[in-house]
Amino acid sequence: MIVFAKPSSGVPSRPSRSKTEQAAPLTATDSLAHIVIVGASLAGMQAAQMLRRGGYDRSLTIIGDEPHYPYDRPPLSKQYLAGSWDESKLRLRAAVDPDELGIDWRIGVPARALELSGSSVMMADGTSIPYDGLIIATGASARRLPGPDLEGVYVVRSLDDARALRDAFDAEPKRVAVIGAGFIGAEVAATARERGLEVTMIEAAKSPLGRVLDTAAGLAIADLHRSHGVDVRLGVGVHSLVSGEGAGAHTVAGVALADGTVVEADVVVVGIGVTPNTGWLEGSGLTIDDGVVCDETCLAAPGVVAAGDVARWPNVRFGEQLTRVEQWDNAVDQGAYVARRLLAEDEVAPFAPVPWFWSDQYDRKIQLAGMPTSSAEVVHGSMAEQRFVQIYGRPDRDELVGALAWNRPRQAVQARQLIEQRATMAEARETLGG
Amino acid sequence: MKIVVDFDLCESNAVCMGIAPEVFEVRDDDFLYILDENPGPELHDRVREAVERCPKQAITLED
Ligand SMILES: Cc1cc2nc3c(=O)[nH]c(=O)nc-3n(C[C@H](O)[C@H](O)[C@H](O)COP(=O)(O)OP(=O)(O)OC[C@H]3O[C@@H](n4cnc5c(N)ncnc54)[C@H](O)[C@@H]3O)c2cc1C
Ligand code: SF4
Repeated sequence: MIVFAKPSSGVPSRPSRSKTEQAAPLTATDSLAHIVIVGASLAGMQAAQMLRRGGYDRSLTIIGDEPHYPYDRPPLSKQYLAGSWDESKLRLRAAVDPDELGIDWRIGVPARALELSGSSVMMADGTSIPYDGLIIATGASARRLPGPDLEGVYVVRSLDDARALRDAFDAEPKRVAVIGAGFIGAEVAATARERGLEVTMIEAAKSPLGRVLDTAAGLAIADLHRSHGVDVRLGVGVHSLVSGEGAGAHTVAGVALADGTVVEADVVVVGIGVTPNTGWLEGSGLTIDDGVVCDETCLAAPGVVAAGDVARWPNVRFGEQLTRVEQWDNAVDQGAYVARRLLAEDEVAPFAPVPWFWSDQYDRKIQLAGMPTSSAEVVHGSMAEQRFVQIYGRPDRDELVGALAWNRPRQAVQARQLIEQRATMAEARETLGG
Repeated sequence: MKIVVDFDLCESNAVCMGIAPEVFEVRDDDFLYILDENPGPELHDRVREAVERCPKQAITLED
């Protein structure tokens, strides 16, 4: 772990969402005549908004490689893919009027490199943009399968990806194969079923969402999908994609599994996770290791901060290990935090939130607060009735550190507060049980 | 400040309630209730935070 400015205060005792009050006041100093944000999406936009709200009135540039003003991604696998929302509903609210925040927009051109010593961002079109303060918010990209690109194979990360998949759904494919039962894969499978399409979901692990949920909760996800008619294949890896014959040689025809079976499909959606967008930072001198490595205040180098899916920092609430969080709420929270961090002249309390995530599948609202651990117990409802709260304890001491809620939003919010207060498991059982 | 929630967008995930329970409440029927449509100035910062943290962009403020 690298530490540039070790804060003296340690873990903040107050809930993280009141950081607005606890951070140092924003002061637009002369040393920050120009702030550049790379990544025109959720975290970057939130940072811009917070800079302006805090009184920063100097020059602000946002660089984004996509040819769109910032939009919201969660609906891409939900309402937008379902066909119930059109693109106009996706725009992030702070960007509905692009002139409102006095931003110099550089969209449609990627940043190609960072020159730390010269404090400037090199653009792919050959220009360079100097900065006094830099916010890195380049997010992550969907991982793809190795092998040649075949038509009919999709990922869902950007609006352009989702547009292509939606068009493919509109053409009423015979079967959709979803590779990977993570949150995105599971949501795409649910939306495809709701559109009346035949769906097979393939997951190499023994249960869906194995990276975040324990086996029992993961299997409850599998049951949910099976009860909606998805053909769920667990514990079987993908061998390769199968292409068609003759004229269809460049088009996907199915997925060959490791057990020798073939799932015939004319649309294949790959949902096997993301990789942080750090390619443009190679050789910059920043520490890159599954994201931009930062200290506990999200500082990557003097005058350089990172936020959102690309940032990896130690959340001191849960210990020393570096974490990278791929969640909407974190991008908003961290985007706002780094704006204050950049402008603060004094030491700032570490960024130590309780993460919170939601996923909508069919009529289920699945919410996860904090960190799941292996010491899990259901304290409310039951998995069989698909309405429950499962809590997670810290292995080394009696403390609530996570909670999973299915169709129990009130309890999810309560659990998040209990985690912030470092409640014991007994307190959590009492408040969330029943 | 007047709070308006677009109930077609709201999915009752109770994020707003976690931030400003004096104003927002999701009850056991899974519906969001607005307890105070015109909250006093002492609540404005937290209401604004709720507007930003609502994952559905369902809350708007009118002057
Ligand atoms: C389909 C989908 C559904 C989701 N659903 C949920 C959900 O239900 N709940 C939840 O909590 N989270 C969900 N998420 C996750 C959430 O959307 C992300 O956590 C969030 O978008 C992260 O924001 P960000 O600003 O850090 O990064 P991103 O949104 O990834 O934005 C980064 C931006 O930077 C751009 N960029 C990258 N490299 C460069 C470069 N070199 N130069 C210029 N620009 C660059 C990218 O193109 C992109 O526009 C979902 C994500 C997806 C894709
Ligand atoms: S945060 Fe937004 S979506 Fe959630 S309950 Fe409140 S208004 Fe509804």
